[in-house]
Amino acid sequence: MIVALIGVIALVSVNALFLIWMERKVAAHIQLRPGPMEVGYHGALQTVADALKLMGKELITPDEVDRPVYLLAPIIIFLPVLVLFLVIPFSPNLIIRDLNVGILLIFAFSSLTVLSILMAGWSSNNKYSVFGAIRSIAQNIAYEIPLLITAMSIILMVGSFKLTDIVAAQDKVWFVVIQPLAFLLYIICATAETNRAPFDIPEAESELVAGFHTEYSGMRFGLFFLAEYTNMFVVSAVATVLFLGGWRGWILPPVVWFLIKVYAIIFLIMWFRWTFPRLRFDQLITFAWKVLIPLAFVNLLVTALAIKLF
Amino acid sequence: MLISYLPILVYLIISIGLAVLIVALSEALGKKTHTAVKDLPYECGMVPISDARHRYAVKFYVITMFFLVFDIEAIFLYPWGVIFKPLGLFGLIEMGVFILILMVGLAYVWGKGALEWE
Repeated sequence: MIVALIGVIALVSVNALFLIWMERKVAAHIQLRPGPMEVGYHGALQTVADALKLMGKELITPDEVDRPVYLLAPIIIFLPVLVLFLVIPFSPNLIIRDLNVGILLIFAFSSLTVLSILMAGWSSNNKYSVFGAIRSIAQNIAYEIPLLITAMSIILMVGSFKLTDIVAAQDKVWFVVIQPLAFLLYIICATAETNRAPFDIPEAESELVAGFHTEYSGMRFGLFFLAEYTNMFVVSAVATVLFLGGWRGWILPPVVWFLIKVYAIIFLIMWFRWTFPRLRFDQLITFAWKVLIPLAFVNLLVTALAIKLF
Repeated sequence: MLISYLPILVYLIISIGLAVLIVALSEALGKKTHTAVKDLPYECGMVPISDARHRYAVKFYVITMFFLVFDIEAIFLYPWGVIFKPLGLFGLIEMGVFILILMVGLAYVWGKGALEWE
């Protein structure tokens, strides 16, 4: 138990530091520039230095904020971060608790983020923060429905919420082959859920000055950042479990395969950011309601019919 | 049975502890100098005019209402997903009708123009 806990905390922090470095490197190489190079080998320790610097920064609490809510928001966003790792199966044996509500637990706790964003945006008493928070919530709730429905079509085929059962059901063929549309929908929704470009309206730097966390500084801002990158890892891990056969692979040990798949999806999401321009807000909402939700329902119905027929 | 969910509670408590610790450490390490200008809300260098918590477009409320309806439907669907195979044909028809009613609802909302964002 203690070992698992320390492992999770180490994974969360190393993952966030690595992903920020990876994000900057991927962005740099796509734009034909080297990115961070000075600290450590190819800038590998740059994010460690940044984190240490952030630790020593002043925590500013503006005068007009709603203090209790303002102070609570970064803590609420960090709340689900460790819990989500309880049920992720890294390998047949490397899973902390194989709960029978696994996937439900992940969806339930990852939606806590919305609450924290609302608290942060509303309490900051900053116009950009309020705009960011409202947009963020409208977007997150719009993309949550197709996300839940697409995941449903996989659960229908497996008949269990247990993540290990879902992986076990893919011993012949990965679900991405049977359910390509569901995989596509899931990746789009996951990108929107994590507020990543081209769905990064809520925190569009160039128009909303980072949106809901404009007024946060120091490690309070750091907690938002940490939670964001952990969320990215979690949605990619869920995609791996649902569609890419989890830990399955050849020669290499299962854990390595799991991590390769997770980071491949994260790379794909980072690649999106430098390929697609940012959508306008109304396009974003109507796309979710007019395209994704009907498609997700159709996919679910077709899956149900196919299971009964074959 | 319930004891197997205990780790969730433990992890939640540890998460809170860790978050508070990180913020406290940052608070202790960082310097503290307050000036009247520094404590103003950030508005690209301008002095902020009036309170930020204004009224906002009614559109957002409408979208939230739809979300509530559809999210609850999704929750109804989840238990069905697990027992879909044992239920047989009955489960398929029952939930097929349910999903069709939902989609008629979506079509109605769409037709009424509630999804347009002019």
